Amino acid sequence: MARMKFLCDADRCIECNACVTACKNEHDVPWGINRRRVVTINDGKPGERSVSMACMHCTDAPCAAVCPVDCFYTTADAVVLHSKDLCIGCGYCFYACPFGAPQYPRVGNFGSRGKMDKCTFCAAGPEPDSTEIEYAKYGANRLAEGKLPLCAEMCSTKSLLAGDGEIIAAIYKERVTQRGYGSGAWGWQTAYRETVDV
Amino acid sequence: MRICALGRLIAPAIAALILAFGLFVAPAGAQEGTSGSNPTAQAVNEQQLLNELKKIEGRVTIPNTSAGLLQQPQGRDYRAFHEGALPWIGGIVIIGMLLVLALFYFIRGRIRTLAGESGIKILRFNTIERLAHWTTAAAFIVLAITGLNFIFGKRLLMPLIGPDAFSTWSIWAKYAHDFVSWAFMLGVLVMLVAWIWDNLPDRYDINWLKTGGGLFDRSNRTHPPAGRFNTGQKLIFWTVVLGGIALSVSGIFMLFPFAFTDVNGMQTAQYFHATIGVILIGVIIAHIYIGTLGMEGAYEAMGSGTVDLNWAKEHHSAWVEAQQAKSRGPHAAAEPAE
Repeated sequence: MARMKFLCDADRCIECNACVTACKNEHDVPWGINRRRVVTINDGKPGERSVSMACMHCTDAPCAAVCPVDCFYTTADAVVLHSKDLCIGCGYCFYACPFGAPQYPRVGNFGSRGKMDKCTFCAAGPEPDSTEIEYAKYGANRLAEGKLPLCAEMCSTKSLLAGDGEIIAAIYKERVTQRGYGSGAWGWQTAYRETVDV
Repeated sequence: MRICALGRLIAPAIAALILAFGLFVAPAGAQEGTSGSNPTAQAVNEQQLLNELKKIEGRVTIPNTSAGLLQQPQGRDYRAFHEGALPWIGGIVIIGMLLVLALFYFIRGRIRTLAGESGIKILRFNTIERLAHWTTAAAFIVLAITGLNFIFGKRLLMPLIGPDAFSTWSIWAKYAHDFVSWAFMLGVLVMLVAWIWDNLPDRYDINWLKTGGGLFDRSNRTHPPAGRFNTGQKLIFWTVVLGGIALSVSGIFMLFPFAFTDVNGMQTAQYFHATIGVILIGVIIAHIYIGTLGMEGAYEAMGSGTVDLNWAKEHHSAWVEAQQAKSRGPHAAAEPAE
């Protein structure tokens, strides 16, 4: 089985936000929720870099560990998913997530956040694959159709890579070798306790 | 037509010229590139940012500006606390307190009133005081159970009732915790105002502490004099008031998430809230023990509001004397416990 990962090649990201738009459109994500976002570091200064970030589907995910109702599960492809039926909207996963991935439909005063929503690696949720109810709760299930996440597929500069960790790491390594530089696989050390050696 | 044909002839020639010029210029540019700027020389570096700033922040173009926080590895510490330290602290405090109390009961037994009941009752807590106490007490029990559910629920209750029922219960527990908290906060404030004066240190405290309040005298003959509240009760009072205020403040941070602080502040609020919460639960278990099973005649003080005169003389001699002096005095109107 593949071990699915995201890798954002920050030296290629042009902050076009197509990944963000593609994600919102593909999954019909409600207003106010961003499963993916592009963060620009040192904006406007020399050495500025943009990184597209969503749930990294961590190894030994902290969100799953702190969830008081154990609503998270990891698929055979190592994608971290959750059940909106079990989620109680406590917000703990957001406090534990190193990447700010969990999102909530409402601000959350008096515990009224609503059910958590996050990137599913286009693998939706626990409902039967590619059903209407699954789409309504979690969005499209592209993985079940044999497709990879749309954000990476849409990426105009092919900065964002999604797929089996070993394959995308090899692609990135080859790029770095060829062009002679690379600022590394952002978030990998935190999410997977390993990085791409280049 | 002839012009077009001419164009067809000239266009490739121009293209060839541009290409030749380009080829001529390109090596110069490339040379400048290698000798001049490396495109990543000034680039931000993830590990360096994490080492220097502990987290990585940037700018986002979506309205939610807090999404600019790219990485906060502090989430790991939160997880370590929440799943590592906290269940242990909670378990040790609560089970430890139960064991200590069981041991105390086994050795010391129930603390009896030596002189037996006199049949004369005196007022110890008036209606407002009892209302404040029981509001706080009832709220605290709800808050303690629903709060412990966040730590131990998935470990103890979920395997018994299944994930669906446990999720439903936990949603209600969450709302109960969020709304009952206001009754607790109000109760703590009323108790603070009502009892702060009688809980200031007085001249009996040192002797009470020296004799351990007579708690450890198995013959039950040690009854150090005490005012309205003995030193042990004062310690309970200050623990509840200060702990309650700390719980209230950290709780309000969580009731209005991100209104006062960022994600790291929210984590800190939980560290305080959960740790103080489980410690206060342990203290209150001891309080409940000594107020009911542990001491004869203690429960009625807060139950009916009156206590037997002999009980009062044994446990709060200075208070009884003051009360009696007051009722003998010129203002003989029976004043409630003061």
